[in-house]
Amino acid sequence: MSSIHTLSVLVEDKPGVLARIAGLFARRGFNIESLAVGPTEREGYSRITLVAVTESPEQVEQIVKQLNKLVEVIRITEMEKGAAVRRELILVKVKADPVSRGEIVQLTEMFRGHVIDVSADSLTIEATGGYGKLRALLELLEPYGVRELVQSGSVALGRGARAMTDRSKHDRSPKADRAK
Amino acid sequence: MANQLESPPKTVTLTGAQALVRSLELLGVEVAFGIPGGAILPLFDPLFDSSIRHILTRHEQGAAHAAEGYAQVTGRVGVCIATSGPGATNLVTGLADAYMDSVPMVAITGQVNSTAIGTDAFQEADIRGISFPITKHSFLVTDPARIAQAVAEAFHIAATGRPGPVLIDVAKDALASPVEFSWPPQIELPGYRPTVKPHFRQIREAAALIAAARRPVVLAGGGVVKADAAAALAKVVDLAQLPVVTTLMARGALPDSHPLNYGMPGMHGTVAAVGALQRADLLIAIGSRFDDRVTGKLSSFAPVAKVIHCDIDPAEIGKNRTADLPIVGDCRLMLEELVERLGDVDLPDWSQWRGYLDGLRQRYPTWAGDPDDTVIQPQEVIRRIGQLAGPDAIFVTGVGQHQMWSAHFVPLERPRRWLTSGGAGTMGYCVPAALGAKVGRPDQVVWGIDGDGCFQMTNQELVTCALNGIPIKIAVINNQSLGMVRQWQTLFYGQRYSATDLQTDRLPDFVKLAEALGCVGLRAERPDQVDQVIEQAMAVDDRPVVVEFIVSKDAMVWPMVAAGTSNDEIMIARDMAPEWEEDDL
Repeated sequence: MSSIHTLSVLVEDKPGVLARIAGLFARRGFNIESLAVGPTEREGYSRITLVAVTESPEQVEQIVKQLNKLVEVIRITEMEKGAAVRRELILVKVKADPVSRGEIVQLTEMFRGHVIDVSADSLTIEATGGYGKLRALLELLEPYGVRELVQSGSVALGRGARAMTDRSKHDRSPKADRAK
Repeated sequence: MANQLESPPKTVTLTGAQALVRSLELLGVEVAFGIPGGAILPLFDPLFDSSIRHILTRHEQGAAHAAEGYAQVTGRVGVCIATSGPGATNLVTGLADAYMDSVPMVAITGQVNSTAIGTDAFQEADIRGISFPITKHSFLVTDPARIAQAVAEAFHIAATGRPGPVLIDVAKDALASPVEFSWPPQIELPGYRPTVKPHFRQIREAAALIAAARRPVVLAGGGVVKADAAAALAKVVDLAQLPVVTTLMARGALPDSHPLNYGMPGMHGTVAAVGALQRADLLIAIGSRFDDRVTGKLSSFAPVAKVIHCDIDPAEIGKNRTADLPIVGDCRLMLEELVERLGDVDLPDWSQWRGYLDGLRQRYPTWAGDPDDTVIQPQEVIRRIGQLAGPDAIFVTGVGQHQMWSAHFVPLERPRRWLTSGGAGTMGYCVPAALGAKVGRPDQVVWGIDGDGCFQMTNQELVTCALNGIPIKIAVINNQSLGMVRQWQTLFYGQRYSATDLQTDRLPDFVKLAEALGCVGLRAERPDQVDQVIEQAMAVDDRPVVVEFIVSKDAMVWPMVAAGTSNDEIMIARDMAPEWEEDDL
C-alpha cells in the first residue's frame, strides 16, 4: 500500500547538498512527489521539505536512514498529519473576459486568494493552502480555461513551540533520536 | 583521528599544496599511491620533500586499489592521489569498490582552476558529482584556507563509524595560493555522529534471545574484521559454544580451524553454513548486511529464524531482512558486552544442533575437484599455496572462480589476512591490492591468487612493484577463459560460450610477460610441478613473482545456489543436492 510522507530535512547550506539528496532518491528508487528548499532562521542551515510516496513503512524508514547517512544532513523529522501545518502556493493564469472576470474574482476571494495580475483577457491568481483546498480551487477554475499553472512544493512546520533547529535537542545527538 | 594530535596551534604561511601535504603528515600518513598531472602538479612539488612515501602507480585504478589493500591489512586510512579529469575518473572503480566493502580511504584529486570550473576546461570532470553515489562523503575545495579542515574532516569520516572512501577535489589555484596554516583545524560536522556504543538493554535482550534459542547461528560479516572484533567474537563463541558462519568479507574473523566455524555461507557457501542459516531459529548477525549473494532468494532465507542484527550503520538494519532485535553500534563493543551478559543467563545445551551441523560438514566437504594426474586442479593449487605460505601470509584475490576456491581452500586463521573484492566484484583488484598490502605489511608474505582474465586488467602494477621493492607473489590460475561466466554459460545458457574464451593458451605468454614487467616468471603445467613452483616462488624475496598454473577450463565452483533461487536449492555438484536428514534435529 503506497502512502505519502512529508519529511523536513535540516541540512548544512553547502553547495551540492540538494544534488546529493536528489541523487539518493533516484538511485535507491524512491519517488519524490514535491520538494521545497529555503533558508531557515539559523544562518548556515537550509530546510528541505520533501513529500515522498512510499510503498511500505519499511521504505520510508529506509529513506530516512539513508538520508541520515549524508554528512550534511543535520536532522530529519517526519511531519505527521495533525502534528504539523503545511502549505503550498499556486500561481494560476485563467482566461477571463469582462463577463467571467467578476465570477473568478469572487471564487478567488472565497478561497482567500489574491488576483496579482490582470490583462484584457486573463487573470493571474495567487492562492495558498493545503493540497485539498488548492485542488478544489483549481477544479472550480478549470471551466474558465487554465492557461498556465505553477505550483510550489509543500512546506511544513510542526505544531507547538518546538523548533527543528533547537540547539538543546540538536546537541543531544539528534542522529540517534531518529535512527530508531 | 585529528583530535588525537597534539601539535600546538601556531600559524605559518604555506601554499595550499604545502598545507595539504603538511596536514597528511600530521595525520600520520606514511604512504600515498598516485599519479601526477596538470591540476595536481602543485601538490607533487611539496610531496617531493615530504616524509610521506609516494608510490607512482601505472594507472590510477591501481593507486585506488593499492590504497584499499594498504587500508585492509593495516586498518589505517589508505591514500591515493590523481589529477583532474581522466586521472580522477580512473579512480572511480576503486572508490566504488571501497564504498561497497567499507574500506577507509581518502582520494585526493586535482581540479582545474576555480575560475575555470564549469567551463569544460581541459581535463575538467566533475569528479565530486560523479562520485556522489560511491563515496561516504566528498569535498570540493576552492579556498586554500579550507584545505587543512577538509583533510582532517575527510580522514575523520573515512575512519570512523562505518568506514568508507572520501574524496577531496582541490582546485589548482587553491593549491598554488598562500594560506595561513595552523593545526589542528576545527572539525565541524554537525550532521555526522555515528552511534558507536551499542545500547546496553538491547544486548541484555540479545543474551535472553540466545538463551531461549534452540538452533542459534552467528552470521559474522566484514564488520567484525573492520571493528577488530575477532578476539571478542571468539570469546562469545567459545563461551556459548555457538555455531558460526563467516561471510566472504569475514573470512579469517574466526579461525578456519575452529571447530565451530562452519565456513562461508551464500551462493558458493558450504552445505554446513547454508544449512545452518536455513534451519536456524536465531541468527545473530554481526557486521553483516544480508547481501543477496548470502541470502539467495530473500523470502526463503532463514525462514524460521528470529534475527538479532548488530551493525554500526543503522541503515543496514532492516534494509534487506527485518531485525527482531536491532543493535546499532560497534561490533567489538557489542561482542565484548555480550560476553558479560551471556554470563547472566543459563545457556542451553546445543550439542544436538552442533552435531547436526558437524554431520553436514562431514558428509558434504567442499568439492575439491577430480583427482587427475595429467591436469592441474585449480582447487588443489590454491590449497597448496595456502598450506605452504602458512597462516601469517596475506592472501589477495581477483574476482571469479579462483576467488571462490580461495575462499574455501586457503586456510585462514587470522583477520586482516584476506583481501577480496566482495561487494563490487571488481576484476583487476588482485595485483594492485596485493601491492598495497605488501607496502602496509612489508614483513609478511603476500600472495595474490588471480585469474587469467583479472590479471590482464591490472598487471602493469607489477612494474610498480618491481621498481619500488614490493616483492609480491601472484598465482595466475589460467583456465583460458572468464571462468565464472563460462560456468554460468555451462549451467544456464546451454553451453553457448559467448565471449568467454580468452584464448590465454595462445596469448599472452604469462612467463615472458612477467619477465618483461620485472618479475620472476614461472609456470606449472602438470600436477607434479605444483609444489615445486610454489616453493620456487616462496624462495624469491627480491622481486615480484608470477606463477602461471595451467588448469582445466571445465573446473566448476561447487556448491552453488543458482541466482534468484532459494538457499534450499543448493547443489553440491551438477544435479546433486545434499540430503538434509532433518530427523537429526
